[in-house]
Amino acid sequence: MPKITYIEHDGSQHTVDAEIGSTVMETALRNDIASIVAECGGSCTCATCLVHVDEKWFAVVGPPSSDEEEQLDTAFEVKPTSRLSCQIKVTEAIDGLIVHTPAYQGR
Amino acid sequence: MSETIKTDVLIVGAGPVGLFAVFELGLLDIKTHLVDILDKVGGQCAELYPEKPIYDIPGIPYITGHGLTEALMQQIKPFNPTFHLNEMVTSLEKTGDPGFRVTTDGGKTFECKCVVVAAGGGSFQPKRPPINGIEAYEEKSVHYAVRKMENFRGKRLVVVGGGDSALDWTLNLQPLAKSLTLVHRRDDFRGAPDSVNKMRALVADNKMDLKIGQVTALEGSDGVLAACAIKGNDGTVHRVEVDAMLPFFGLTMKLGPVANWGIEMDDELIPVDTGTFETNIPGLFAIGDINTYPGKLKLILSGFHEGALMAQKAHRYVYPDKKLVFQYTTSSTSLQKKLGVA
Repeated sequence: MPKITYIEHDGSQHTVDAEIGSTVMETALRNDIASIVAECGGSCTCATCLVHVDEKWFAVVGPPSSDEEEQLDTAFEVKPTSRLSCQIKVTEAIDGLIVHTPAYQGR
Repeated sequence: MSETIKTDVLIVGAGPVGLFAVFELGLLDIKTHLVDILDKVGGQCAELYPEKPIYDIPGIPYITGHGLTEALMQQIKPFNPTFHLNEMVTSLEKTGDPGFRVTTDGGKTFECKCVVVAAGGGSFQPKRPPINGIEAYEEKSVHYAVRKMENFRGKRLVVVGGGDSALDWTLNLQPLAKSLTLVHRRDDFRGAPDSVNKMRALVADNKMDLKIGQVTALEGSDGVLAACAIKGNDGTVHRVEVDAMLPFFGLTMKLGPVANWGIEMDDELIPVDTGTFETNIPGLFAIGDINTYPGKLKLILSGFHEGALMAQKAHRYVYPDKKLVFQYTTSSTSLQKKLGVA
């Protein structure tokens, strides 16, 4: 099972198992990562599951789609490696992924 | 001046569960008014996922949020509910047994026998940018909506965002503002292409300024803004003198005033009795995502069930002397008459 590490803004770190086919957002909720809000439940319409993908992982994860890029407009402190975690599918390729979660998701 | 509206039941929230409650109450001859902070009905179905598929409505293998809202509106049409959109319920007091007085931020007062809170995740409110000290400016200089354009005449404005709200207000306010700067995180706008073109033409004519980046700091005193710092994506910081800032980052759900109505709450949710969906206050019900009970699932279908049971208990408050005989829409001529099909 792939592993994902969430590093929260206060530095706390959680490495958890992720189910193939689920998303980085769902995996966060399943593991009580409090800084992922996911108000819309994964519809790519609320931008409250923002993560900053670790630089060395960004090429693997890839850039956002144009729909997702538009949603990023309603997030805060967006960086070049920012993604909405509901739009990152868990695959074998992302085993070991590191994402940083922001202090504030807009609420 | 406030107008007082009398009704049997006031429903707070016009999402799918609030809408279906109109149906269940209507079958029992109970009249309803609904209040919703959004400018449209449908709640999350309309605001968060109008075009996204829902697969778990019983008997409907596939429907979009918009489609479900439309279908519910058609279903409740015979009961002719009254909607008060763009309004938030601000206060609620118990005035009788049963009886409530409810007021909105739109200046309306309702007097009703029962209140049904179907407020989902709370009220949709504008996202507040994480800029240090922004709260202090919110009354006087930072505005998340434009109520009166005249208030901005002759002012130096900063509008933030890249969607239709930001672009529309940029285009509407630019002619009366002393100066206007639009700030967006990228040089690409999701708003209507026509608005984008008009905005770019104004920039080309030096009638307004466009800065790509984000507002990182505010300066001013006593809630009155003097300047803001705009950090470009290349790291350079510009200081822009400004009288008012209008951030448009969309909406987020916040519990809002519900917490102040004296209802017993459990971690931002309202505990209810699962036989009646009544709260700790008799005559005050909570259905849909906002309630909690052992085994609760935040599903639209659960909210529909909750509305049906709620209506049975509400009937006792609205018609204390009438005996309620349970009937099916399939076979009851009296129910079919109410639905306009018999």
